[in-house]
Amino acid sequence: MNTNVATTTARKTLFRFKRGSGESNLHGYLFISPWLIGFLLLTLWPIAQSFYLSFTDYSLLSSPVWTGMDNYKRMFYYDEDFVQSLKVTFTFVLVSVPLKLFFSLMVAQLLSKSMKGMSLYRTMVYFPSLIGGSIAVSILWRNMFGVDGYINKVLAVFGIEGRGWISDPDSALWTLILLNVWQFGSTMVIFLAGLKQIPQELYESASVDGAARWRKFYHITLPMLSPVMFFNLVLGVIGSFQMFTAALIVTRGGPMHATYTYALFLFEKAFKHFQMGYASALAWVLLLIVALITALNFYVSRFWVFYETDGGGRK
Amino acid sequence: MNALRPHLSRHLILIVFSLLMVYPIIWWLGASLKTAPEMSLPTIWPSTPIWDNYTAGWDFSPSPHTFAHFYSNTLLMEVGNVIGGVLTAAIVAFGFARLKFKFKGFWFSILLMTLMLPGQVTIVPQYIMFNRFEFTDSYVPLILPHFFGGGAFFIFLLVQFIRGIPRDLDEAATIDGASVYGIFLRIIFPLIKPALVTVAIFTFIWSWDDFFSQVLYLSSVDKFTVGLALRMYIDQFEVQWGQMLAMALLSVLPSAVIFFLAQKHFVEGIATTGIKG
Repeated sequence: MNTNVATTTARKTLFRFKRGSGESNLHGYLFISPWLIGFLLLTLWPIAQSFYLSFTDYSLLSSPVWTGMDNYKRMFYYDEDFVQSLKVTFTFVLVSVPLKLFFSLMVAQLLSKSMKGMSLYRTMVYFPSLIGGSIAVSILWRNMFGVDGYINKVLAVFGIEGRGWISDPDSALWTLILLNVWQFGSTMVIFLAGLKQIPQELYESASVDGAARWRKFYHITLPMLSPVMFFNLVLGVIGSFQMFTAALIVTRGGPMHATYTYALFLFEKAFKHFQMGYASALAWVLLLIVALITALNFYVSRFWVFYETDGGGRK
Repeated sequence: MNALRPHLSRHLILIVFSLLMVYPIIWWLGASLKTAPEMSLPTIWPSTPIWDNYTAGWDFSPSPHTFAHFYSNTLLMEVGNVIGGVLTAAIVAFGFARLKFKFKGFWFSILLMTLMLPGQVTIVPQYIMFNRFEFTDSYVPLILPHFFGGGAFFIFLLVQFIRGIPRDLDEAATIDGASVYGIFLRIIFPLIKPALVTVAIFTFIWSWDDFFSQVLYLSSVDKFTVGLALRMYIDQFEVQWGQMLAMALLSVLPSAVIFFLAQKHFVEGIATTGIKG
């Protein structure tokens, strides 16, 4: 009896700070304040400030000078580097994101069965993703794909004449795409988690109906996995738009700007040429591009992403 | 062998495929143990492995510092990042997971939206701000951001984790007269330790690899991190590939060791939130 009363009082007290009393607001905001302050100071304010700066000429040394739309005009009408970096980045995104999704899904399928040695395979496949973003791996790539690099040496053994993979504008971007796709491990782990969520009964009843393996994949796995696919797609696109370290270290944006990614372009304008106004305009255009593509992704997802309704079979 | 038989073809595919995946890394290890003339052979392993690349690379003769200096710089930065990230992410996540306050839903959706914000968008004004306070060429711009919740990914991860803890525990503590702060400190914080390990590991590895910020904010060699020291190798001297590959390989060792020690945390961390490793 006593405990009952106590529990009821406790629930009431909890209820009280759930219902937005002044005190509970204070507690709540106190707890989230580190993030909130960080968001206002290091995200919201910078976004607003870069919007202002994008209409100015600013070199850090003197105060910003208002130049209206000049930065944007320069970008769209006169700056060939802008067009080139967009071309490079879009190629990179359009090739490496689908490849990565494809590989991760296939490998996740292979790894999803529980059998001996699985964790070892998983470790080996995931390992490149762990270190792949580091400058160290970029150095490795630069060496392996150099004119005198390992790849050409091995090709020579088979009598194939190699090429300067990195120094040839036709292949340079592809070495970076390969480096990126090699790191499909974390995308794969997310698929793996998604595969485990699919109820086995679906496959079992399909087997009873005599469905072939690829039919099960097409009619069960793909639709059930589509929300995970969508998640990987959205984050993969956003991540690939920011490709920086490899472009700087492996190829330095060259040869002939064949690997001059948008992030590298923005970085050089801001911190090599100190054109802060122009770089801010570039940042805003990047934000708009990414936001647009993400919005488009969300819109298109209505037609292919399958969400289980409450009436569905999930336990 | 019996265990293998039913899945033989799958095993074969997986063995070939995983070897293909780690092949560049095996070659990397071999190359770092090769002599300079042997570097130009198409072999994967040296005939007699030597450590010279490691000793000479570590001393890094053209620079006044050995790599010991760059490692201690990087570790110093990491200590700040990990402490800041773990503590503030836990505090913020508790607020979002357990407390009710006005506009909570709004702020939480903003938090999730920042996950999708490309970092380059804010970098110019951030740099200008840190520059104005004369924090450039110091570790402040690298460490300080971690004290503001440690990043939206980690807050999200911990919120998910705390939501899985039964509320009965909170209620029982309330009966005993605990305040929200008491509940956080004595109940939630100890219970989320496994998730905090995940946060610490990811913070460590990401900060180690966050070349963009390091190259942006650190300019004097004295303060260089391991990554920046490696870049000096490429930029300033006649390229000593053997030494460079040896030091580059050494630089991924801390991440690799942590990964092997805490694999479980990794896979779970990625799987529950979709964090990119």
